[in-house]
Amino acid sequence: MFDLLRDLLFDYTLRNVALGSAVLGIVSGVLGSFAVLRRQALLGDTLSHAALPGICLAFLLTGSKDLPVLLLGAGIAGWLGTALILRIVRDTRLDQDAALGIVLSAFFGFGIMLLTFISKRNDANQAGLDKFLFGQAAALVTRNVVTLAIIGGVALAVVVLFYKEFKLLAFDADFSASLGFNTERLSVLLTSLIVAAVVIGLQTVGVVLMVAMLIGPAVAARQWTDRLGVMLGLAAFFGALAGVSGAILSVEASRLPTGPMIILALTLIVIISLYLAPAHGLVWDWARNRRHRRNLQAPPPLMP
Amino acid sequence: MNSGQVILLTGILVASASALPGCFLLLRRMAMMADAISHAILPGIVAGYFIARGPNLLAGFAGAALAAVVTVALVEALQRTGRVAGQAAIGIVFPALFALGTVLVSRFFSNVHLDTDAVLYGNIEFSAFESLLVGDLDLGPQSLWIMGGLCAINLAFILLLYKELKLATFDPGLAAALGFSPVLIHYALMGILSITAVGAFTAVGAVLVVALMIIPAATAYLLTDRLPVMIGLAVACGALAATLGYGVAVALDASVAGAMATLAGALFGLAFLFAPEQGLVARTRRQARQRRRFAVETLIVHLLNHEGTQNQATESAVAHLGEELRWADRVRDEAITRAADDGLIARENGHLALTASGRETARAVMAR
Repeated sequence: MFDLLRDLLFDYTLRNVALGSAVLGIVSGVLGSFAVLRRQALLGDTLSHAALPGICLAFLLTGSKDLPVLLLGAGIAGWLGTALILRIVRDTRLDQDAALGIVLSAFFGFGIMLLTFISKRNDANQAGLDKFLFGQAAALVTRNVVTLAIIGGVALAVVVLFYKEFKLLAFDADFSASLGFNTERLSVLLTSLIVAAVVIGLQTVGVVLMVAMLIGPAVAARQWTDRLGVMLGLAAFFGALAGVSGAILSVEASRLPTGPMIILALTLIVIISLYLAPAHGLVWDWARNRRHRRNLQAPPPLMP
Repeated sequence: MNSGQVILLTGILVASASALPGCFLLLRRMAMMADAISHAILPGIVAGYFIARGPNLLAGFAGAALAAVVTVALVEALQRTGRVAGQAAIGIVFPALFALGTVLVSRFFSNVHLDTDAVLYGNIEFSAFESLLVGDLDLGPQSLWIMGGLCAINLAFILLLYKELKLATFDPGLAAALGFSPVLIHYALMGILSITAVGAFTAVGAVLVVALMIIPAATAYLLTDRLPVMIGLAVACGALAATLGYGVAVALDASVAGAMATLAGALFGLAFLFAPEQGLVARTRRQARQRRRFAVETLIVHLLNHEGTQNQATESAVAHLGEELRWADRVRDEAITRAADDGLIARENGHLALTASGRETARAVMAR
């Protein structure tokens, strides 16, 4: 325990990994809460998969593997994917599920095609893009962590600024429209922030499992409270906890990819919350039902 | 057959086998369930291999089918608790199972037939090199047998249960009332979906199964209103995407599965834009035509209303019309030109008058 603490503070790799995953956990916890409350949980899945061709194209066009460049490409592709989903839902008779699946798999397929195309060119600079598939926290350097922290900080600042509007949008979009808020523009803003959260997670968790990073903390936090502010705080905490513990596990046991370890840690938190959270927990539910059943089976009082 | 032909044929069979159940999945609005199942079967395959102590085909199939049923059951159980809504339940279950599968793969099977990247986009490129051996008899490429068999099973499933599937898809209430169990049909479809996903998994990987299940079905859905035609078109789109994708992949020396999904997406894009009735271009043109026709009808009804009244002269003045009907000059001039071309109105020094046929048309519009 003490060794771990010392390593967290002084070991270069471990410190970066822990900081990077914590930033990811906090940002994705907060923004994922809004996505889950707005019943757009799987939007994050499509956004993260759609980011892959963006990363590849950014590399092909600039020849640079600088994180900000790649993440900019990812962000643009994610944004384009969202716009396409909206168009498909609005202009055809296909439902949201179908639109999400189409954009997700077509963009990802394109990304895979580009990725294999890049890796087969004999280019000294080519390797390493595939680490975005499952994430590789160990590759984070201090400069990367600073980049991620800046993106995350800006996203969180926007959430603080628009807290009231987002809250209204999440719980009663029609009411917010009737009050004169431009719900369409707010919704685009919120989705863009989710794109930012996805972008932060690409290097640590990878595109495939990023969706759980958005949904998991929110679902876990929702079990503990009925207040949005508390839920956001808890989701950020759970996200950071899962991120740091999963990343540490993967760095210490070096053969395990980071993304899956973080997601397994997160799943554990979700299961514990679902069963044991006060008030909402399934265990208390079960105990309550048992008590009620026993009370019902007691002999009826005598009638006068 | 040379290896190129085997890869191409495998691709076409994977696409056809996937498109068949994909149509029903799409119509039942469960497209993302394909995503969940195709990811979640990974730990099932690994567990099967683990028990069989090696990459055994049947063990993999059994484990994956079991994992698929577990996934569907878990998602539905989570949704029933009332604590996790709709999509969120899917988004909790499949990443957890997939993460478990990936960790197991990198722990126990690294570099043995399954590696974590191949899990995502398969290795159809190797399909030509594994032969199905019965005793000493070489029956040719294994992938062709597997995917051909799955095509046959899926086709038989749809032909045998066509009526039930159709009813349960479009009107589950009526299906239940008539005594078909929608739940049974639901799980049967999930079963078919999972064995298709397993078969396609080794060829094209977890994510691109989804592409071949959903995208051709969605493309076909934009092209027709009839279920049998939709199924046929979906298979055709899938096969076309596989063929073109193979060509592109060979030209670029890139992943065949990735190129197949990309081409499927491109075909969907074409249908989205140019489908005869549902397409964006057709819709836009139809709206423009309706707008023009409505303008002409508004114009002649207005003229009919004021025909023979005191203020006919002012109301039929071209200069007055823009103000009266709140039309911009351009809209007004277009409507007048069109109505005049159709012989509905006549122009006389700045005033409009209905012709006989215009009067008749306006009355018909009013009677509608």
